[in-house]
Amino acid sequence: MPAPALRRLALTLAATGGLALPLAAQEAGGIAVEQPWARAAVQGGVGGAFMRIENRGAAADRLVSASSPVARTVELHATVRDGDVMRMRPVQAIDLPAHGAVQLQPGGLHMMLIGLNRPLSQGERVPVTLTFEHAGSVAVELAVQGAGAGGMAGHSAMPR
Amino acid sequence: MHRNLSAPGLALALFLAPAAYAQPTDRPPAAVPGETALPQGVALGGAFSLTDQAGRAATDRDLRGRWALLYFGYTFCPDVCPTELQTMAAALDALGPELGERVRPVFVSIDPERDTPERLADYVALFHPRLIGLTGSAAHVAQAARAYRVYYARARPGDGDGYLMDHSSFIYLLDPDGAVRGLFRPGTTAEDLAAALRRRLP
Ligand SMILES: [Cu+2]
Repeated sequence: MPAPALRRLALTLAATGGLALPLAAQEAGGIAVEQPWARAAVQGGVGGAFMRIENRGAAADRLVSASSPVARTVELHATVRDGDVMRMRPVQAIDLPAHGAVQLQPGGLHMMLIGLNRPLSQGERVPVTLTFEHAGSVAVELAVQGAGAGGMAGHSAMPR
Repeated sequence: MHRNLSAPGLALALFLAPAAYAQPTDRPPAAVPGETALPQGVALGGAFSLTDQAGRAATDRDLRGRWALLYFGYTFCPDVCPTELQTMAAALDALGPELGERVRPVFVSIDPERDTPERLADYVALFHPRLIGLTGSAAHVAQAARAYRVYYARARPGDGDGYLMDHSSFIYLLDPDGAVRGLFRPGTTAEDLAAALRRRLP
């Protein structure tokens, strides 16, 4: 896989007084990331990150990994409900069909930020770099919500 | 649920599996969506001896005198546990200060190896100012989980502290005498939980 230069996205953030207002879609290489957000979390612990990823290109792509300066490692996970037992499992990649989209949300696919070197506090933004098989690296900023938030504030709640 | 029967290392005969025995007739008429029937002929709840987030000894007796909402999980869970704790917190807030104060929210760790009292103190504060965090020795946590028929198992061999836990995910409603009076399945909404509390609390 070629390693395209990191496409730093133009995050034209108006001065919002620290409020985690929704970002417009963050797009690069045909990949658009909408409403990336994370749950508040404690230092040394783990954080959940969620977003909608759209592949606007004519070829299928895959999210193969993610990383963040605030976490020792970032894993792609799926939560699976087995009766009333909840299981979390790492997944190798998240498939993005051509002209398709995937929703990362509580209770389903998510990113797990492991080994946080600082707390994630509600209202702040946290950088994460997503790596796609074809689109390469896409930098996004997670808007940190409450520790038990079901979705991004000001948007219709994610289905649970 | 059948798959659970082959999971290793657990007294699975004790594992709470309401779907396996809950008959429609078991269901109290006042049940809200998400609420499941209490198991018939199975003891649920009882004595435990744990440590709270301030490092103080905490037993089932310390919960007496008020209603309680009990949830078993682990702080290294970024998805399911925060959702359920938020449901508990939002339900109490929805009840308003007077009624809400009559219910203690409690989080019991099933991952005592990583969930120290200090860690629980940081964690519970994220959800509700009155949320109590309980942990303890592996044996004491196992005893508490057994009493409430909680299934838990390490799902991935630990690469350091990176392991995941599988666990059953019920919210238990305890009355002021410590008896389990309600059982809510994962995904129960805060609105439905609050409605159930309004019906139960005299
Ligand atoms: Cu996870």
